[in-house]
Amino acid sequence: MTDTGKRSRGRQSAWVAAGALALGLAGLAGGAKAADRNLVMYCGVDEAWCRAMATTYQKQTGVNVDMTRMSAGEIYARLRAEKANPQADIWWGGTGDPHLQAAEEGLTEEYKSAVLPNLRDWAQKQAERSKYRTVGIYLGALGYGYNEEDLKQRNLKAPECWADLIKPEFEGEVEMADPNSSGTAWTALATMVQLMGEDKAIDYFKQLNKNIAEYTKAGAAPALAVGKGETLVGIAFQHDVINAAKQNTAVKVVSPCEGTGYEIGSMSIVKGAKHLDEAQKYYDWALSVDAQKLAAPNGSYQIPSNKDTPVPPEAPDLSKIKLIDYDFAKYGSSEVRKKLLKRFSDEVRNGG
Amino acid sequence: MTRPATSQRMSGGAAGDRAALAWLLLGCAGFVLLPWYKVEGGFFSFDWFSRPAEAAPAMLLSGQRPWLLPLALPLLLAGWRLWQGRLRGLGVAGGLGLAWLVAEGFSIIHSGWGFSWLAALAGTPGPTQPGLGWGAVAYAAAMLMLVALDMAARGWCKGDRFVVGALLLVIASLILFVAYPLFSILASAVKDNDGNVVPGLFAEKLFSANIWSLGCLRGAGSCGVAWNTVAVAVLVGVLCTVLGLALALIALRTRLRAKWLLRSLSILPIITPPFVIGLALILLFGRAGIVTTFLSAHLGIPRSRWIYGMAGITMAQVLAFTPIAFLVLVGVLQGVSPSMEEASQTLRASRWRTFRTVTWPLIRPGLASAFLISFIESMADFANPLVLGGNFNVLSTDIFFAVVGAAHDQGRAAVLAIVLLAFTIAAFLAQRRWVGGRSYVTVSGKGDGGVPAPLPGPLRFGCYAAALPWLLLTVVVYAIILSGGFVEQIGRDNTPTLHYFLTAFSVEKGVDGWFLSGSAWPSLLMTIGLALVAMPFTAALGILTAWLLERQYFAGRTLFEFLAMMSFAIPGTVVGISYILAFNVPPVQLTGTGLIIVISFVFRNMPVAIRAGVANLNQIDRSLDEASLTLGARSLATLRRVLLPILKPAVVTAMIYSFVRAVTAVSAVIFLATGRFNLATVYIVGRADVGEYGIAIVYAAVLIVVMMVILVGIQLLIGERRLGRRRAGAEAAVAQL
Repeated sequence: MTDTGKRSRGRQSAWVAAGALALGLAGLAGGAKAADRNLVMYCGVDEAWCRAMATTYQKQTGVNVDMTRMSAGEIYARLRAEKANPQADIWWGGTGDPHLQAAEEGLTEEYKSAVLPNLRDWAQKQAERSKYRTVGIYLGALGYGYNEEDLKQRNLKAPECWADLIKPEFEGEVEMADPNSSGTAWTALATMVQLMGEDKAIDYFKQLNKNIAEYTKAGAAPALAVGKGETLVGIAFQHDVINAAKQNTAVKVVSPCEGTGYEIGSMSIVKGAKHLDEAQKYYDWALSVDAQKLAAPNGSYQIPSNKDTPVPPEAPDLSKIKLIDYDFAKYGSSEVRKKLLKRFSDEVRNGG
Repeated sequence: MTRPATSQRMSGGAAGDRAALAWLLLGCAGFVLLPWYKVEGGFFSFDWFSRPAEAAPAMLLSGQRPWLLPLALPLLLAGWRLWQGRLRGLGVAGGLGLAWLVAEGFSIIHSGWGFSWLAALAGTPGPTQPGLGWGAVAYAAAMLMLVALDMAARGWCKGDRFVVGALLLVIASLILFVAYPLFSILASAVKDNDGNVVPGLFAEKLFSANIWSLGCLRGAGSCGVAWNTVAVAVLVGVLCTVLGLALALIALRTRLRAKWLLRSLSILPIITPPFVIGLALILLFGRAGIVTTFLSAHLGIPRSRWIYGMAGITMAQVLAFTPIAFLVLVGVLQGVSPSMEEASQTLRASRWRTFRTVTWPLIRPGLASAFLISFIESMADFANPLVLGGNFNVLSTDIFFAVVGAAHDQGRAAVLAIVLLAFTIAAFLAQRRWVGGRSYVTVSGKGDGGVPAPLPGPLRFGCYAAALPWLLLTVVVYAIILSGGFVEQIGRDNTPTLHYFLTAFSVEKGVDGWFLSGSAWPSLLMTIGLALVAMPFTAALGILTAWLLERQYFAGRTLFEFLAMMSFAIPGTVVGISYILAFNVPPVQLTGTGLIIVISFVFRNMPVAIRAGVANLNQIDRSLDEASLTLGARSLATLRRVLLPILKPAVVTAMIYSFVRAVTAVSAVIFLATGRFNLATVYIVGRADVGEYGIAIVYAAVLIVVMMVILVGIQLLIGERRLGRRRAGAEAAVAQL
């Protein structure tokens, strides 16, 4: 090889390196440039719905929405960890209890939206309960789903009650999320405690633990797993199971016979938000009919909180579900949550 | 400067004057010009010019924050010494500046006093300050270099100021980004979640039954997470070593001599994101997997979830880490001179006896090394247990869940991290002690015309029997990964579809023209951007460190090497949690930025760059640098003009590996990624976690293809001749890891 050849090749690779560096820096600078109008959102519902909300808002307003999807319990934990230096502006979606807990601990900001009077009663009550640090955006009932084909193959009777799930024939076939990370599973835990009393509920979960194949992180994951056939039974919100049933007709939704709890999916503004203005604008928009209409096309069939938003036809019919009188104030309080979660971790998950 | 009289008096000559002055000026700029604290929106947006109050330099702030004022003192002191024409004394100034910076930085934090005894002493809530900004960075760098100039003037490292400066820079960055975060773990392990020091709690957490229980052996309940982890790691270590040896023997000692095998096995593990294999296993053996469905439909074997748990994790890790053991053992086998085996056979030993008495003892240390490396990899693996673990917990996932759960127990995470770290560092030390130092290489520089002895028959058969199932499974796994994202639901509904691909990577036309509407684009572009930024820094720091290790002698060199290489033994999850604990609060506040991700890339991948540099420097005779130095070139000029051109293969290797490893890494960055700085692997794990395997698999396939294209592209660009050396360097680097 000639000397010049070597040199040009050396120069070539120098150019490559320089180009790469420039590209990288340009990427960073580009990111910084877009920092004009920003909104950092922690999103607690299904990814598809989160994405739709973020991109639609971005399209309509030009505000750059940085969205991260996490489970409600995770978001709460993250807000606590970041208390000294909040990274997020708004926490949209996810079950109401962690929202209430965050409100109680002063992690979220008080805000009274002008849209508030247009909301259904339960959504307004949620706001009152938290001294206007959070607000209801949708309502969903707890339940479970099972795979009918699998059940027939095994000659099992279809489960109808919570009590059916602890039968030995379901050993290793039930999936549920971990209440430590998931708001869905927390609702399940709180529902059982309200149905049976605390000690009996812990007992129930101990027996259920024998049948649990896996505690997932996200609350909707068991529903998806039923849809894919990765598990026989999945405890989740009924709207998540309905979504799975849309994709797999063998999936059936169960509204347990003993009665069941429900969630008020909520939204809060983070205390110390760096883009408070944008957060409040988003808050108003998210309560509007236009924004709430985005749920159903993206596979989320909850009951929306704005009175004028049409209820999706797929949504579970509340008149046919035996709802318990869920005590949100009590089960959204920091103290009760900590106590029950500790019992669940110590006695159920690690107790065996 | 026009002060010839003074500059002659200087110990370092005129050049020293200029360098010292330049560093002093940088220090002054840091103090009086640049924003001292972190500017929201980022330094590089440069809008801090328009926001003077928020982005004030330290000098202007010292009115309200009088503790910043003493920082001017070292600048004045250094200026005075320079005026006098002395370099000695600069070190004192620099040391004072750094010491005060650290002291005030840790004493006064965002929430008031940084230490409880300070608060007790003052009795008041105390002042607050945000994280340090670029002004402080410039100031600290200047102070460090003033110390270096002083040390060089005192004759350290033969008075070579470049060497001293480089050494101090590398040590300071290792302390800041490796040692300090580890120390934060220790500190938070002894605190409760409200930040009070409770030593008893530490012991309680450290010896808790969750970690150490042996219940499963007695048939009562489950075993502690530490034992789970060790059991998997030992199993994986043994299996990987056996399979790696079988593959290595097949590749080198049979007629097959498959070059393609060697080549693909050396590339695949590097470009494959770690959790991908776990995902593929779910699609194959999960409850609704292809194989399970087949068995249940045709043989009536009921579906079960055996893959979730120890069996699945072990399987995935054996598939993932066998190539690494293979590379180690290929290196070892190549080091066994064939003429020794020929000598044995000439002396009428049977093939079997030759293998047992000559080959085996020579490769035994290599086996230990392969075992320990697989052991460390298994312990540190985060993604496969996350995807496949089910209710079987290992340390790395437990650390993650301790932080992300509502329980949010940082103390528990810290304790678990300490346990995990103790295991991996012990294995790392064992590997270095037993195998690292000694040389079992029997290939000399002289020509060696020997032909490797063929394997004894039964052994050959055994090798094939072990390796073929593994190879078959590997091929199937990759086939699933590359095709699984393009059908509706692989195994159940094999209708081809572009649905997942389009969700992830579609490009749409909007009002303002084309835009990337796919859900994967932001994370993919961000990942590639951050990895590209990290790439040159990793290579530069790694090669510089290698050069210091190989070519310079200084006190504490072994300790320095240990610190530099230790980051290999620190599992990614430990790095992640340590960065969160150390850098979420002032003085160094980096969480939520892209910078912290880049930094974690750089320090995670530095050992690879160091290995590549050391391996290449070893091959370059010292007389070359000596000739350059004798001719009067300084060490910087020697490094730049003589060594770097020859080291180019190592530089390229280091760059490629740092890039590829950054793109495929997940365990550390899953703690650090945010909505804005989301990363490809974190996104994929998130999709897999909620069960959207279609998108996860299609994204993983795209990542693998992109990596492949980049590797091949660089090979073509660099050219065939250099390719040979580069690859040799690369394999050596990986093999030594």
